[in-house]
Amino acid sequence: MKKIILLFAIAVVAFGCKSDDDNNNVPTNAAIAFKFTQNWNGAEVTPSNFNTGVYENEAGNFVSISKLRYLISRIVLHKEDGTSVAFEGYNLIDLADASSLNFNPSTPATTGDYTGISFVYGFNEQDNSSGAYLDLNAADWNWPSMLGGGYHFMQMDGTFDDTNGAPQPYNFHNGTARVSEGVFEQNFITFDFEQNFSITDDATIEIKMDISEWYKNPLTWDLNERSVDLMMDYIAQKDMNRNGKSVFSIGAITQ
Amino acid sequence: MKERSSKTTLLILGVFTLSIMVACSSNDPEPAESVDGYVATPQPLTVPPIFQRLLPPPTIPADNPQTVEGIALGRKLFYDPILSGNGTQACASCHNPSNAFTDENQFSLGIDGLEGTRNSMPIYNMAWNTDSKFFWDGRATSVEQQALEPVTNPIEMHNTWENAVGSLQNTNLYPELFNKAFGTKTITKELTAKAIAQFERTLISANSPFDQYLLGENSLTPQEINGFAIFMDESRGDCFHCHGNEFNPLWTDNIFHNNGLDAAITDKGLGNITGDPSQDGWFKSPSLRNLAYTAPYMHDGRFATLDEVINHYSEGLVYSETIDPLMKAVSRGGVQLTEPDKADLKAFLLSLSDPSFIDNPNFQDPN
Repeated sequence: MKKIILLFAIAVVAFGCKSDDDNNNVPTNAAIAFKFTQNWNGAEVTPSNFNTGVYENEAGNFVSISKLRYLISRIVLHKEDGTSVAFEGYNLIDLADASSLNFNPSTPATTGDYTGISFVYGFNEQDNSSGAYLDLNAADWNWPSMLGGGYHFMQMDGTFDDTNGAPQPYNFHNGTARVSEGVFEQNFITFDFEQNFSITDDATIEIKMDISEWYKNPLTWDLNERSVDLMMDYIAQKDMNRNGKSVFSIGAITQ
Repeated sequence: MKERSSKTTLLILGVFTLSIMVACSSNDPEPAESVDGYVATPQPLTVPPIFQRLLPPPTIPADNPQTVEGIALGRKLFYDPILSGNGTQACASCHNPSNAFTDENQFSLGIDGLEGTRNSMPIYNMAWNTDSKFFWDGRATSVEQQALEPVTNPIEMHNTWENAVGSLQNTNLYPELFNKAFGTKTITKELTAKAIAQFERTLISANSPFDQYLLGENSLTPQEINGFAIFMDESRGDCFHCHGNEFNPLWTDNIFHNNGLDAAITDKGLGNITGDPSQDGWFKSPSLRNLAYTAPYMHDGRFATLDEVINHYSEGLVYSETIDPLMKAVSRGGVQLTEPDKADLKAFLLSLSDPSFIDNPNFQDPN
């Protein structure tokens, strides 16, 4: 009797609060976390080193970063059977706040085989509604109404050495592009990565940003030419969008 | 043997039950502090419409809920000089309601006539301090912790908490007021700070002409509207990156910046707290509400007028290694506003001042 109770107790404790199991045939819920990491051409950029490093961009500018914040929304996992798991919410990543590098949506995925991951850098047109997100308002993340409103997609600030070697500020800010007064153009980027993977348990998926890509692909961005007052600059905004398309990739999936 | 077996079974069941409880705990917050189950009368903050629409709910610590009795006690303490070393200064001495809870001095004088190095901060909308860092240099992590410091600061109220608590305990009135607020007549510095923090959280300012404009209740002058456009224009004022916008009615980002005041940093601000030299000279962005009442300005009160503040950002920026890159025009001294733009910007800034806040009868001296 003792043994039975003991076994029962162990079994319930072991599985009572766990939402998954290893049954291969029956999909079960798995908690998915997203971990955002940043690198400069492969060299890790972390909350502890982001404002002390000096990096050379494609144009040969020596760049330091004092602030990096960006927004990711509409993360979706695509299953082999054609269905998908769409995670609600968005994540404002702020390198000054280590906790913001992890996003733990409440929606679970199910175990099984997957074929891809997609997400939106910034907000798409439907989501980019001025004032709609209370936490982002309090974070002062809004994009000016005169530039189309909604929210910033990224704020990357720092300094670079100009042609005389003197430090100059840059404000690499991205959001909706203003074509002319009252005329605006969407500027978010949808990423759609085809990648086969299996979810067998609770999992963490790494989303990587290679910061150097903002400055090099396809356009070599020279901060001596464009460094500040870029928000109202239509060409600058669209060039950021072009270069942004190669910035993100999927890293490790651990479970 | 049978009895032993039965006890073992009970023990196993007990462990099992406990395991389930621990394993499945939802991390419920601690219940509000009370002594012997005492619960004062809850009085949640009244969230103004513009905050209701645009901001997250106020942050109230689980162990210090707002109560009628706690707020009343905090208000009385805030205005009572009993907390100071010689009984001459209250919190309100340097945090005067008519000045939006700051004062008119560059540096306030403490009870010994000594002055500090920082300008007294105004107090409002504390429950929306989203990063929970208080003081110009962010050294306190809660309103409660902030409220503890001036009492013992030698250049402020210059008391000991032991003495301050003893003084309160020896009155006829305070033990009973603490009893009503917290269910105990035994006064502590922690309960004193909690009461003051409760009162401070009620100091909500959200009824300026600009708030009323956003709510559709009034109109602004063309000058104020143009001033707001300058404020929001990255190529002119570019104030919004640190000081809010029509969707952030806090009018601050609640974070820290070096705003180009000095070439040589003598007051390290946040850098002194974190030990990170890259944060030397960083100070908290103050809200732009109630500027009509809060002169002088900046962490060291160096600017006597709003015109001087605007001139600083327009022509007076000075480079230092830790200057915020948002001070992008530092190489030409600032954003170079025209005189008419400066006047319009000032008019807009003043539309964020809230007379109903400084005149609110609930915030005045009850003693």
